[in-house]
Amino acid sequence: MAKNVKVYSTPTCPYCIGLKQFLKEKNVDFQDIDVSSDQSAVEEMKQKTGQMSVPALDIEGQIIIGFDEQAIANALGL
Amino acid sequence: MHDLIIIGAGPAGITAAVYAARKRMNLLVIAKDIGGQAALSGDIENYTGYQFITGPELALKFQEHIKRFDIKLNMPEEARDIKIEENSLKTITDKGEYQSRAVIIASGAKPRLLNIQGEEAYKNKGLTYCATCDGPLFKGKAVAIVGGGNSALDAALQLIKISPRVYIINISESLTADAVMAEKALAAPNVEVFNNAQVQNIYGDSFLRGIKVKEKDKELDLKVEGLFVEIGYIPNSGFIEQVKKNNSNEIIIDRANRTSIEGIFACGDVSDVGEKQIIIACGEGAKASLSVFQYLSSRK
Repeated sequence: MAKNVKVYSTPTCPYCIGLKQFLKEKNVDFQDIDVSSDQSAVEEMKQKTGQMSVPALDIEGQIIIGFDEQAIANALGL
Repeated sequence: MHDLIIIGAGPAGITAAVYAARKRMNLLVIAKDIGGQAALSGDIENYTGYQFITGPELALKFQEHIKRFDIKLNMPEEARDIKIEENSLKTITDKGEYQSRAVIIASGAKPRLLNIQGEEAYKNKGLTYCATCDGPLFKGKAVAIVGGGNSALDAALQLIKISPRVYIINISESLTADAVMAEKALAAPNVEVFNNAQVQNIYGDSFLRGIKVKEKDKELDLKVEGLFVEIGYIPNSGFIEQVKKNNSNEIIIDRANRTSIEGIFACGDVSDVGEKQIIIACGEGAKASLSVFQYLSSRK
């Protein structure tokens, strides 16, 4: 079954763009949360990750900070 | 065996790759990412042909440009060493080993750290080295930028649009950024510049809450939630020991981008080229590739 994937990103962040492109290439469905336009999303991200930095991923509760291709692949079983 | 391996895919590496591909060299590009520091820039207004383009957009254009050619790109992959062997060079990475007749090092540079108390603890908890990535998170919050050059002012120009208060902590007598950028930032009502000033330490709880600054003989306590460090870059040259470097660890090159080791060339911000600009890195990448072509032709 497909995993629930949330990506916290900003539109200007090149690592976010790369990460989302990677997920699309791997046919992974994800919810893209633009934290630049949603203060409550920033707070949600801070709460979950303990960080103030994008990109951040929530894969079924597993948090990955940054575009770490290997960690993402492992978490998704790719 | 490859004719050429290019390490890095920032402006220098990509331009070198485009030139090498047009010469039909058997080419491999090894890179951590595409666009390098250019991708992390905010607004770019000094790259000829574009009166205005953002860093991520320019990085995308670079990506489109190399996709026009059949270039083998190994990414993300990081060079660890280059070994000199008889009639070839062996590039060792975190993923494998590759032989080539020539190598261009275009591995760029990484942000210089403040090296002060609290820097590591508050990294990504308010302290960031990428204004383009994390700047939008600080909407409505007071922030400080450390630095007075183009990168610092680039960050300031992004942040003045969203932050109520933007402090610029500049170690020099005056801002060293291009006048056109400095004038824009100084005209903003929410900007305050401290010259001859240095951040002494960073404090907070789970997140950054403020910084202590020394301005000449004065001590300042600035309540900020974001701290953007833009105090220059250090070259990514640590993976190769053998080539000659200057005191700043930049790889020393001659006018044809040759390093001290035959067959190894360098270009862009990792080299000792005088100015660190996107357009200069591109030009240097082109030069390096053409030099490699001449070098390989002379050895056939």
